[in-house]
Amino acid sequence: MNQRPEKADRQAFEAAILPHLDAAYNLARWLMRNAEDAEDVLQEAMVRALTYFDGFKGENSRGWLLQIVRNAAYASMKLNQGARSVPIAAFAGGDEAPAHAELSDPGDDPEIALLKSRASQGLDRMLADLPVELREAIVLRELEELSYKEIAHITGAPMGTVMSRLWRARRLLIEAAKTAGDGP
Amino acid sequence: MSAPFCDQTLLLQADFDGELDAAQAAAFAAHRRICPDCRRAAAEMGILRARLKREASYHRAPERFIRALAISTSVAAAPASTRRAAPWRRMAASFAAGAALAASVALILAPENPGLADAVTSAHLRALQPGHLEDVISTDQHTVKPWFDGRLDFAPPVKDLAAQGFPLQGGRLDYLAGHAAAALVYGRAKHEINLFVWPEPGADSAPETESRDGYNLVHWRQDGMSLWAISDVEKSQLADFAALWRQSP
Repeated sequence: MNQRPEKADRQAFEAAILPHLDAAYNLARWLMRNAEDAEDVLQEAMVRALTYFDGFKGENSRGWLLQIVRNAAYASMKLNQGARSVPIAAFAGGDEAPAHAELSDPGDDPEIALLKSRASQGLDRMLADLPVELREAIVLRELEELSYKEIAHITGAPMGTVMSRLWRARRLLIEAAKTAGDGP
Repeated sequence: MSAPFCDQTLLLQADFDGELDAAQAAAFAAHRRICPDCRRAAAEMGILRARLKREASYHRAPERFIRALAISTSVAAAPASTRRAAPWRRMAASFAAGAALAASVALILAPENPGLADAVTSAHLRALQPGHLEDVISTDQHTVKPWFDGRLDFAPPVKDLAAQGFPLQGGRLDYLAGHAAAALVYGRAKHEINLFVWPEPGADSAPETESRDGYNLVHWRQDGMSLWAISDVEKSQLADFAALWRQSP
């Protein structure tokens, strides 16, 4: 064969991947929680994406790439157990934990506290402290604006699980932000 | 219903996320009217969403990945010895080698600071992806300039050069090499010119041209701003653009 079809294939690969490179890195970065590991994961994911590209059917390249990134990140975490997140005690019950977290006392004007708690560093920290399954759900929903169905596809979890993870992630962040807002 | 928290939370959340169909949403709206828990939780989720948008870090891919992707996909011909290998295996191999090389070179030479010209080129490549070019689409500088107010902590100069053959098409925010930058988009026939602007103290400097990956770049400093123009138009045309932009009031 000559080079022409290959060139077209390369261009197809670039066209499929390049628009989603930031989303891929953002997910890797939030899963791994540091730049060095995230870059390793993205590099591994790119190699896998290239290897499997001929099996890619051409629809939803973002979901396809993010699923590869997610799997590469989990493989890396399994390899280095130290990188795993420590679940917050109240939510250590995994997916079986009740979906409704308790709200704090309605008298404490929670919205003001939620608005007051300051600084992206604070919010970044709270996000980074979430258990990894909750973190990936909220990152994919709020930072990448993906649907429940897409998140379920990428994370390999049933829709109901995605919904309860999202809810718990949100309640944890809301409560953490309120606490931070009340503090000094 | 009057438990510590309403039992319709997942429905509430699905409503908040726009995941309910019309019938479900209507049914839920009736519940929401009588449930203070749900109204408050919805308000809190709204605030959280706004704060995440505004404050949570969005980590963009390092430049070297964008470059490595471009390099791996523009390799002219594979070595004869690999001609029989499956094309994707070969590509995977060449990409891995390219990326590994890029990584090691970046680590040894300049981990934190890829050249500005490289950063500008990567930002330009990224902007050329569909839907990424302009956040505010307008040919009117009096629309584009105020759009940046409140989005940047400086006021970028916005000039229209339509009369000179470089019509303003719009603007967007960008972030490169550690700067928040205004990106102004100009047209030239069917080509786009990205002009990146951010504050940089120092005396005015004359335009300097260079090229990267087939794109031409012009850089100069003017009135306390660093300006980088990049495009696939010919070098002389880009130089004209820079000269016109500098002289324009």
